[in-house]
Amino acid sequence: MSDTALEAGASASGSRHTVDPGRPEHPSGDDRFALVDTHLRRVHDAQDQLIETLHVAQDVFGFLSDDVLLYVARALRLPPSMVYGVATFYHLFTFEPPGEHTCTVCTGTACFVKGADDIVADVATAHGVHVGDTSADGRLTLRTARCLGSCGLAPVVVLDGVVHGHQSPSGALALLDGELGGVR
Amino acid sequence: MTATENAGTPPTDDAPVPDPNAVQITVNGVAHTARKGQLVIEAAADAGVYIPRFCYHERMTPVGKCRMCLVEADSGRGPAVTVSCMVPVMPDMKVETESPMAKRMQEGVLELLLANHPLDCPVCDKGGECPLQDQTMTHGPGESRFVEEKRHYEKPIPISDLVFLDRERCILCDRCTRFADEVAGDALIHFISRGNTTQVMTFPDEPFASYFSGNTVQICPVGALTAKPYRFKARPWDLEEIESTCTTCAVGCRTVVQSSRDELLRSQGVDSDPVNWGWMCDKGRFGFEAVRTERVTEPLVRTAHGLEPTGWNAALRSAVQLIEDGKLAAGPSAVAVIGGARGSNEDAFAWARLAHDVIDTPHVYAQMGDGLPVGMLAMPRATIDDTAAASTIVLLGPDLKEELPVLYLRVRDAVQKRRVRIVEFTPRESGLTSLAWKSAVYEPGGQVEAVRAALADPEIADQLAAGPVVVIAGRSNLAESSGATVQAVQTLLAGVPGATVLPAFRRGNVVGALQVGMRPRPGGLDTRGILQAAADGKIECLVLVGADPLADFPDTDLARRALAGARRIVSVDTHLSASAQHADVVLPAAAFGEKSGTTTNLEGRVTTLGRKVTAAGTSRPDWMIATAIARGLGTDLGFRSVDDVTDAIARMVDGYEGVTRDALADSADGVLSAPPATIAAIDPVEVEVPVRNSYDYRLVVTRKLYDAGVTVSNSPSLAHLAPGQRVHLHPLDVERVGVQPGADVRVSSSRSAAVMRVEADPTVLRGTAWIAFNQPGGNVGDLIDSTAIVTDVRIENL
Repeated sequence: MSDTALEAGASASGSRHTVDPGRPEHPSGDDRFALVDTHLRRVHDAQDQLIETLHVAQDVFGFLSDDVLLYVARALRLPPSMVYGVATFYHLFTFEPPGEHTCTVCTGTACFVKGADDIVADVATAHGVHVGDTSADGRLTLRTARCLGSCGLAPVVVLDGVVHGHQSPSGALALLDGELGGVR
Repeated sequence: MTATENAGTPPTDDAPVPDPNAVQITVNGVAHTARKGQLVIEAAADAGVYIPRFCYHERMTPVGKCRMCLVEADSGRGPAVTVSCMVPVMPDMKVETESPMAKRMQEGVLELLLANHPLDCPVCDKGGECPLQDQTMTHGPGESRFVEEKRHYEKPIPISDLVFLDRERCILCDRCTRFADEVAGDALIHFISRGNTTQVMTFPDEPFASYFSGNTVQICPVGALTAKPYRFKARPWDLEEIESTCTTCAVGCRTVVQSSRDELLRSQGVDSDPVNWGWMCDKGRFGFEAVRTERVTEPLVRTAHGLEPTGWNAALRSAVQLIEDGKLAAGPSAVAVIGGARGSNEDAFAWARLAHDVIDTPHVYAQMGDGLPVGMLAMPRATIDDTAAASTIVLLGPDLKEELPVLYLRVRDAVQKRRVRIVEFTPRESGLTSLAWKSAVYEPGGQVEAVRAALADPEIADQLAAGPVVVIAGRSNLAESSGATVQAVQTLLAGVPGATVLPAFRRGNVVGALQVGMRPRPGGLDTRGILQAAADGKIECLVLVGADPLADFPDTDLARRALAGARRIVSVDTHLSASAQHADVVLPAAAFGEKSGTTTNLEGRVTTLGRKVTAAGTSRPDWMIATAIARGLGTDLGFRSVDDVTDAIARMVDGYEGVTRDALADSADGVLSAPPATIAAIDPVEVEVPVRNSYDYRLVVTRKLYDAGVTVSNSPSLAHLAPGQRVHLHPLDVERVGVQPGADVRVSSSRSAAVMRVEADPTVLRGTAWIAFNQPGGNVGDLIDSTAIVTDVRIENL
């Protein structure tokens, strides 16, 4: 075989020829995917690490877009439909970009008894946002949770990951005003 | 005691040895002997007791999802609620399926399943054949306590081009999703969400584009999945049906053909254990649409104004005249017959008798130059079951997923469930590559080297020596001569004594046609030879029996020259194909579902074809046309009915002795035929593969399931699924050509040049170019020279 044929990267016949695709590089060039990659390397691309990987991806991106789900599916060699099925199963995964701030009100039994519903209603009215949605100005996402396991602190409001116990509607609104910079 | 009993040591006493695999149980108080490991639901079925079920399917792993099969079973610790599709039988188990407890459980499950079911049975396609409906009638509580609002979803949404999903009707039995993942390997649908909102869905914007999606519609126990071609077409009680065999490809899936008001409306898979296990591919399932689309309905004869309709008498007289004139002009060998693979064994046999005995020409061939030589049939043959039971399957042929889809399912099952190992030789990654134990991707012409290298590999040699080896051998590339593949198969068989061959011949009844006589006599030409002779002006009369060389012969240029060079052309066809448009006489033939008879699949299994609808217009079965032409030529073939022909085949064809009408009537799974002894083995082939110029790409041309052929292009539901013509190159080669993927490039061979889109495709070997054959919007056949060992093309930026 001539040198030119070798340059062409072809063998006359026989052995299998594969180009190692390596880690699929995301065409968007978004370097946040590197953070997901770091986790994937840590867990050796194990398929049973799907849920952990989705948590990492959601921490990194704030929510799970179709793109991110496809990326995870490809990396873990799982059918995208299955990854989507797992992600939609769990309450904590979200598919919409969240607002700047996230307020989660616990509506578990203890919090419910202590008036969590009033807190939800007042926050929703004051900030013009429906439960599970983000306000029109993109500042606040309001969510509810079943039980956060801090029933002794009921009613509980979680603002951007920080737990605030023994809340009242007015207290929760004041907290939000402080966090959102007193817009309202 | 069977195989383990040693003939040298007779049993010591006459008492029957207890079967170690027998398990004694009672079902509803009746004693029954079950097999060890058998599920309760199966054992009960054997005992004649039907346990209601939705999720359980005998060809898939049980999941125990629907809870409909709850029974009361006592295996020694008192009666317990038992999921009969998940629990194997245990000694002395007492199963009660009709006790008050069992009845209460069944009623409870049905009440729950119906809580959210919309009960829109009057407008549901499944109504009348719906397991949910039936079991509600037999096992349901009669009344529901649920008064709450049912859940609501958008009514049917398309999850693919062929399948619609109605989530309100779905009972979440996991049959379709399990089928997609476990059987088809296309896990494109999955349960999403949770609790009350759980639903079957695809990934967003990724349709359920599986070649096997129609099976999910068939196994759906409610009307949640419906297929586009059948939606709102008929009610089940208006359907008439007959069992038949699909002739779309050579696997020969058993099917039941259903019609209403003399129109084919649906095909459903029938569970034939040695063949298709109830599955079908979408082309076979929905291809019946072509039977009622754009048919030739009356004979056509060429006049000064082109092809004009005429009566049968006049057309037959013309056809006879053309054949006689051809014989008179240059003797019987100036007449050639191509085709016969589309019809039944009877059609092929009658045409073989006409060609060989009446016309007396040696030039007869059923293949279209896209298969392997007929001598492949003389190799020691394996059945599909042998293949699935082998320890190693060697793939040396086409991509089974594209060409013989249900065989792909069987091989896939063998790999997944029976741990069979695949050693694959392929010119590009195939549908089975991901399942293969070893996969050698070779450059066209390099398969012999690849096989030699594999045989020399100690690990592969050990595997091949470990147990039965079956070679699935077929034409993997239409742009190379069949010689290299034949030599590779011969090398393999020489290296692995005892290996058997499953011939991966593709076209419907091609094995049957070849076996009953549509093959050249000594001195006769094959299809390439016939077309070459026609192009050289040596064929006075060319008869095309359901053959369309312009679409199917790989070398389109030769086919075109042949049709121009043949002085007279008689075409017998169901549709006015590109080649039939060149004919002097076109005789309309009856199509699938319009004629009865028998067909032979690739393993030699003969099964029956059913006639369900009246033939379109005045079209007739091919055997009848052959008989009429023979009579016109002065010979009575002696066939008065299709049964006469079936009997004549059993009487006269070597290998079909056992294929009598009685035997076929007795055996639901068909009768195996043997290849006739007169089919000679192929002499050792030695192919000299030319070295590729490094500027060129070696061409790989293979078929896709959906193409521009008659079946797909005349089936409105399938026609748009053909992917179209593209040239696929390795991503690095696309860069080398200097274009972006998706751009147009010029592809030129020694024959011709064409402009088409280029795709970057990592499954293609570097230095090769892959183009799908016979796609809409271009014909790669123009680039192929059928005399060459391999085809090299140059690919240039425009």
